[in-house]
Order: sequence, then C-alpha cells, then structure tokens
Amino acid sequence: MDAWRGFSHGHWRTEIDVREFIQQNYKPYEGDDSFLAGPSERTKKLWEKTSQLLQEETKRGGTLNIDTKTVSTITSHAPGYIDRDLEVIVGLQTDEPLKRAIMPFGGIRMVKNACEAYGYELDPEVEKVFSEYRKTHNQGVFDAYTPEIRRARSAGIITGLPDAYGRGRIIGDYRRVPLYGVDRLIEDKKRQRALLETAWMEDEIIRQREETTEQINALEALKVMAKSYGYDISRPARNAFEAVQWLYFAFLGAVKEQNGAAMSLGRVSTFLDIYIERDLEEGTITEEEAQELIDQFIIKLRLVRFLRTPEYNELFSGDPTWVTEAIGGMGLDGRTLVTKNSFRFLHTLTNLGPAPEPNMTVLWSQALPENFKRYCAKMSIQTSSIQYENDDLMRPMWGDDYSIACCVSAMRTGKQMQFFGARANLAKALLYAINGGRDEISGVQVTPQFKPITSEYLDYDEVMERFDQVMEWLARVYINALNIIHYMHDKYCYEALEMALHDMEVLRTMACGIAGLSVVVDSLSAIKYAKVKPIRNEEGLAVDFEIEGEFPMFGNNDDRVDQIAVNLVENFMRKLRKQKTYRNSIPTLSILTITSNVVYGKKTGNTPDGRKAGEPFAPGANPMHGRDKKGAIASLSSVAKLPYRYAEDGISYTFSIVPKALGRDLESRINNLVALLDGYFHKKGHHMNVNVFERETLLDAMEHPEKYPQLTIRVSGYAVNFIKLTREQQEDVIRRTFFEGV
Amino acid sequence: MITKMNIKGRIHSIETMGTVDGPGIRYVVFMQGCPLRCVFCHNRDAWDPKGGREATVDELVEDINKYKYFLQRSGGGVTATGGEPVLQAEFTKELFTRVKEMGLNTAMDTSGFVEVDQVKDLLEVTDLVLLSIKHVIEEKHRQITGVGTRKILNFLNHLREIGKPVWIRYVIIPGYTDNPEDLERLATMLKDYNNIELVEILPYHDMGAYKWEELGYEYPLKGVPVPTSEEVDKAKEVFAKHGLPLELKHN
Repeated sequence: MDAWRGFSHGHWRTEIDVREFIQQNYKPYEGDDSFLAGPSERTKKLWEKTSQLLQEETKRGGTLNIDTKTVSTITSHAPGYIDRDLEVIVGLQTDEPLKRAIMPFGGIRMVKNACEAYGYELDPEVEKVFSEYRKTHNQGVFDAYTPEIRRARSAGIITGLPDAYGRGRIIGDYRRVPLYGVDRLIEDKKRQRALLETAWMEDEIIRQREETTEQINALEALKVMAKSYGYDISRPARNAFEAVQWLYFAFLGAVKEQNGAAMSLGRVSTFLDIYIERDLEEGTITEEEAQELIDQFIIKLRLVRFLRTPEYNELFSGDPTWVTEAIGGMGLDGRTLVTKNSFRFLHTLTNLGPAPEPNMTVLWSQALPENFKRYCAKMSIQTSSIQYENDDLMRPMWGDDYSIACCVSAMRTGKQMQFFGARANLAKALLYAINGGRDEISGVQVTPQFKPITSEYLDYDEVMERFDQVMEWLARVYINALNIIHYMHDKYCYEALEMALHDMEVLRTMACGIAGLSVVVDSLSAIKYAKVKPIRNEEGLAVDFEIEGEFPMFGNNDDRVDQIAVNLVENFMRKLRKQKTYRNSIPTLSILTITSNVVYGKKTGNTPDGRKAGEPFAPGANPMHGRDKKGAIASLSSVAKLPYRYAEDGISYTFSIVPKALGRDLESRINNLVALLDGYFHKKGHHMNVNVFERETLLDAMEHPEKYPQLTIRVSGYAVNFIKLTREQQEDVIRRTFFEGV
Repeated sequence: MITKMNIKGRIHSIETMGTVDGPGIRYVVFMQGCPLRCVFCHNRDAWDPKGGREATVDELVEDINKYKYFLQRSGGGVTATGGEPVLQAEFTKELFTRVKEMGLNTAMDTSGFVEVDQVKDLLEVTDLVLLSIKHVIEEKHRQITGVGTRKILNFLNHLREIGKPVWIRYVIIPGYTDNPEDLERLATMLKDYNNIELVEILPYHDMGAYKWEELGYEYPLKGVPVPTSEEVDKAKEVFAKHGLPLELKHN
C-alpha cells in the first residue's frame, strides 16, 4: 500500500516540507460540532482505568512511582501498557503508567532530591556515575557562573533559570515521522552532515557535526523503541491509525530523552486530519473510530510525567508538562486551518472530561469560521481548559505553520528553537534603583555600588534615571547567565531527538522574560502622579513607602499609566538587544510568570505602589488584582497596549470570570465570549487564558479535593488541576480579580 | 454657554463589561442620584445627587469609543443605570443620541418614577427599558421605596403605547415581595403588556449592605435571609403560568 496515495505531487515529496504537504492536502472545515462522536466503549473503559491511576497518584502525594535505577533514554525501558486490550495507541515513558523516570543529564542533585522528597532513594550506582564520571548540565553551569551572576541569582532578581533542570521549549516537528518515516529522515540528516565536511574544522562546524551525529543516533533509537511495541516506523504511515501512532512515538521519544520544562507537541491536529479524511473517503474508518484515535492519543498525552522537586513545583506549580498543541489559525492564502480534527481535539475535553494537558491552545483570528469560534467559546465556558493566542498578530511574523512552545512562545515548527531564559524580577530592579543596588531584604550589594536615592520624596526623573542604569546592568548579567546555561545545556544535555526533527539551520531566540510588570508600572505611576515617601531603616535602605494622593493604575485603560508600561517593555527589550548572545541567538522577551508570581512576590520587599512585602505579583501581564476598577474590558484593553514587537516571546493575560457575569444564559455567554476574544485580539492583545467558574467552586475544592479530580483552571500560560496546586497558589488564584459583574 | 455637546452630568462609576443590563456586552454608566429610597438598595452610595463626579457627554462618548468594537461585535451597547438615569434625563438623552450615532444600542435601567412628559425625548433614543418594579401594591411599594406606584404605572403604560421593548425586573425579598397573592396580581397585570420581552425574577442579595455601613447607616434589611432557589423558582412559576417570558429569545 502506497503511504502517499491520493496526496498531492508537490515539492514536499522530494524535500522535507510538512507545511507544504498540509497546504496542498488539507480540507478546511467551516461547519459546526454536530458531526462529533462520543467516546468508544474501549476509550471509556481505558479512561476509567486511567482515572483510577491518576487518583492514586494524587493520593500518594503527586507521584505514583519512580524507577530509581534506569537512566531514561529513548530505548531505556521495556514497553509499558495501561491495559493492552483497551489501548489503541500505545507507548509509555517507562514500563508502567505514571512511573516516573530519572533523567540525570540535566543535574544529578535535582534527581536525588526529587527521589528523596517522595520517599525514594536514588540508586547509588547512578549517583556515583553522574557525580564522578559523567558531568551534568548543572555542574557545567556552576563551574562557569561568575560571582556577579551568583549574587543576582541568590538575591532572586533573576530566578527560575534552567540551570538545574531541562530547558525545554524546543518542539520537534513530530509530524515528520509519520509523513516521511524515520529512514528518510536519517538519510536527510546524513546528507546534511556531508555538507559539514569543510576544509577547516572550527568550533561551530565541529559542534554541528557532533550534534548531527547525535541526531542520527536518536532517530535510530526511535526506531528501536517503536519496534519494541511491534511497529516499524522506518517507513511512512499508511493510514490514520499509523499516522497518530507514529507521531506519538516521535513525541514519546522526546519525553523519554528530555525532562524539559515545557515539551510542546506542536501543531498536529490539522496534519492528522489529512490522514483521517483519506481513510474516511476510502471507507476504512468511521467518525467514531477517528474520534477514538484522538481520544486515545490524548489519554497518552495526559500521562506524560517528569520527576521534579518540590522547589520546582513552587515555580511551576501543579506538575505541568506543557504538552502544548496549537489548534486552528488561518493560512497565508486566507483559508482557515481549522479542520474537523481541530474540533476532535477539543472534543476530548467532553469525551474524557477537562484536563490541563495537553495544553490546548487555539490560534484565534478574526477570520476563523464563526462555528469554530462559538464551539471554542462553549468549550471554554464548560471546561476552562483552553487558552487563546492571536494568530493575526503572529502569522505575519512566523507564517502559518508555527507552534507554541510552553505557554505563549511562537516558533516556526521544525525551523526555529529557543533558549529558554525564565525571567527577571523588574519590581526588585526598581527597588535596587532606589537603594543603590542593595537588596531590600538581605542588604547585600548585588549590583556594582552606586549612590542610593536619599530625598524625602521620590522624584520620578531621578528614579527613572537610576532604574535605567539598573536595567542596563540587569540585561547584561541576565544574558551572561543564559549564555552560560545554554552553552552547557547543548554540551551536556543536548536534545538530540527533538533537534533531529528540525531543519539543519535553525533560528535560535534567547527568550528572556520579566515578572512584576504591573507592580513596577503602578509604582512608577505613584511616584509620578502622587507623592511617595520612602521609609528608610537604620542602614538607610528604603524598606517601605508612604503614598500621598491618588494615582492612575494599570488596568483601567488609562494612557497616563499604560504608556509607562509600554515604555518599560520597550526599554528593557532594547537593552537585551544590545547584548552578545550564545550562538548568535536573537533576544526576545516574554511577559509571563507561569506561577512564579507567587515566589517572586515572596522574595520582594514593599514596593512604592503600596504592595506589601511578600504579597504575590499579578500573573503575567495582568493588572494587580483589585486595582482595575472599570471592569474587564478596560482591564484587558490596558494589557492589549503592550507591544508584541518588543515582547515576541509572548504576553500572557489571564481572564477569570464567574458564569453569570459573562451573560444571563449559555447562548449569551458564548456570544459575549466570542466578542470578547475578537475584541481583545482586534486590539492586538497577544494571549488570553479564559476561566469561567464560581469562586465558591474553588473554595470547596480546596476543602474537598477528592470531589474535584478533574477541576481544571488556566493560570499564566498553562492549565492545571486545581487540586494539585500548593495551598498558597490556590489562595493566590482565588484572591485574584474575578470579574463578577454588577 | 452650555451647549448640548458639553452638557454635564454626575456619574457614580463606569463598568466596561456589563452583560446582564441589556443584550450583548454593555458599557454601563452608573448615574449619580436617585429619588427612591429602596430598603434593599445595593448602590446606596448612588443616592446623593451631589455625589459622584461630574462628566461630560463628550468625555463619555470618547471613552465608549474605545470599547465600540466589543460592544458592536456582541450586539451590545450602552446602558444607563444608577442611581436613576431619568433624574438626569437631558444628559442621558444627549448621551444616548450620540451613542446611537455610533451604531450602538441603548438601554435605560430605571424605576420608572418620573412624569412621562419629562422623558418622552429620552425614550425616543432609548432602544430598551429595563424597568425595575419593586412591588405591585401601592402601600407595600411605599414601605419598600418611599414612593407610590402611580408614576411608575403611567410610565409602563406609556411604554406600551409607544411600543417600547421592556425587560421587567422584580426582586424577591423574603417577607417583603414574595407574597404569592401579590405575585399573582403583578403577573396578571403584566400579561397585558405585549411590549414586555423578558421578566427577570431576581433573588435579593445583601452584597450592597457594606455600602450602607460605610456611609454610616444601618442596613434596613439586616437579618433578612436571601431567598432559596426553590423560593425563587416558585415565584417564577407564577409568571410562567401567565405566559410571561422568563427567558430571552435568541435569534
């Protein structure tokens, strides 16, 4: 049987070009959701079994089991099953569902601590090997860190750095495996390596030769892994089942090899639709069977697990894996990329119930079919499991085959990657500006010494001048840290399989981030429009602030303050652009905190906006809770002003509303949510999490978690099982602005 | 000189995403000042006609313009509520005129306590009236609001005469407004109004009580329980029995 029967005769047949394959072969779908099928009997039983395992996992403190002996590689574990008779799509990270693997190449200490935190002991032999014989990424980074970077890191002005864990945010183009088969991809990589037989062996060439060889080895290993489940993926997939299974094997290989902070799936639903449509036409599959394939695939994605420490959980709460799937969007030719399979993916939230993973991300365009918009809105209202990103903003920059890494970071699939850089705490940077670079909590001189502000009241121009200097310093130290981290990550913890599913030449971005935007902006507004008097301790450190008078606050669509936010983002981005970066990567910026807004708040003293020491920041680019006084649309209008061109790694906004504030009945709610999304993205907003539920539900879930095993909420850039958040995180979510109407 | 363009009003606050005061997403203007003294008022701070802040029609229109896309896309518009918009009829009329020029619809949330002649012009530029009826019995209405029902019923009759769409709102306060016979009487009366598109039976809530206390007043309904959902459903049944629309029809 010819794997490519019925497909177009394009350039994609001779070159690796998945996008062209999609463009020439997919069928846009503009209809509604009435064609969708419920779960099959097998799926229902399998999900029931899986749900029991998930509940057992929760009962055991979040980790069901750990394989403490076997270092995870693509081929390390024997095949694993949930229930062989019920599984249509097979493959697990280890030999048992939810048994977590150890991945020590990123750092052995993290693995050891994680084992201990859950009551396990890491195999001493593994510890010995990775301490004495095999250096890790983590070790490499700390060998090279400068004292200045260490100071900035321990003061918490730069935190969450991927220096002890896998950086993630690299998306293999997993579609290449079903479309071309692994042998063809290996052949292609060998051709690429041959191009690297240059006259002079220089650093970059040597590195590329080594990396390409590692990529080829990873592809070989992938075949072996698939073979252990009984499948030969050296050849292309011949039908929809094989397409889903091959694609999943490719992704599975990646999550066996790498414990990346975010392991996105990419943009696969419309690609897979092409195979499903062909089978439907050939009469070899029914709609029920098509849905079964997707449901079963999604069950597998919901089971991806990594072994992580409780400290990690503070930053990225709720055990996220960011198996992000980008759905929908428009093609460059004006046709929608929505297919029936876009619906099928979202329909798993109905068939299997809500879940945080995979991270369903709808690429929203004004031009999306109205039926699809309404369906998405309905699913958001029912499940709070979807995030939305502005395709009309990203498509002109990244084309029509980009995916979303982690939460909000767009990258052209298989052609681009990023060096993930966590985030800098700009609220703390502002306090450093006032305090001459000394930390407001520890008193340690973190930046090179400069004169603190000593006036009775803070003068806006003076503060801005110092703040600018601190940001200049911060940008340099920050990029230096990232350069070291990614040098070492490439060296000791290279993502061979994920990179094997990329082109030879990739565009690399250096993805920086900021936290505390609304805190800084409101602080600067207070200094500018009201009078702010620092309260200094005996050492002369400003440790508190008295505010006299009113000042405009971010989140009220008031240009006086919103413009401060815009200027701040642009200014910090300009400073990042000046830095020299590892592998000539292009600096970008995100305004995204994930759940670290809580940790950052904890590590930051009183701020001039009236926020008290220890209080959480707002998540992402959100206004501070309770300060947006003119309602939801004014609030999101402020956020929409932040310039994407200066924050190309994404601007995250989380919108939470109680059902009755969204409209009087389901029909009105759908209508209003569609208008809200159209409006926000029309104003050039970038990203929006949508949560629709009652505050009381969350309060009840805190007290009776057992009643809410699948309660899912969107936090900054991802979704979590509410009951898996730490108590602090839960309280933060509940405290945040819920638009409740009037 | 006061021109129509810079006519001033007093407003309490703005809500950019109202979704219950009319169709679609609403830009809601809370007007300052109210002639009624409802015991269950949840905007007690909007009574004083000298309170709030001054705003011009121009200023509001400019602000509304920022949200036009959301309002239009959702089939929404601008709602004037309060406080009591008819107290500032001239201002509200001017605002609505401008809003309609923007292609948005207008809704006025009112107690209807006004002489019809004073609002004829205003009603010409009002697409929908949200009429909050506090009670059907004159004496009980006085107890709850401090005023009688004559003006309100005249107002409602006028709305029927001119064929103005109306959403009726009625709040169920246990022991005050939930007497079955009174409800029966109200429903019997309302069924003769073919301009009523919706009857909203709302449970009383005490979320505005803190505003009374902040202003140094005792909350008159202290200790009055919020109705159970069964009690609200029972009230709804009375209206449903008379064929009154309790749900909105969607096109």
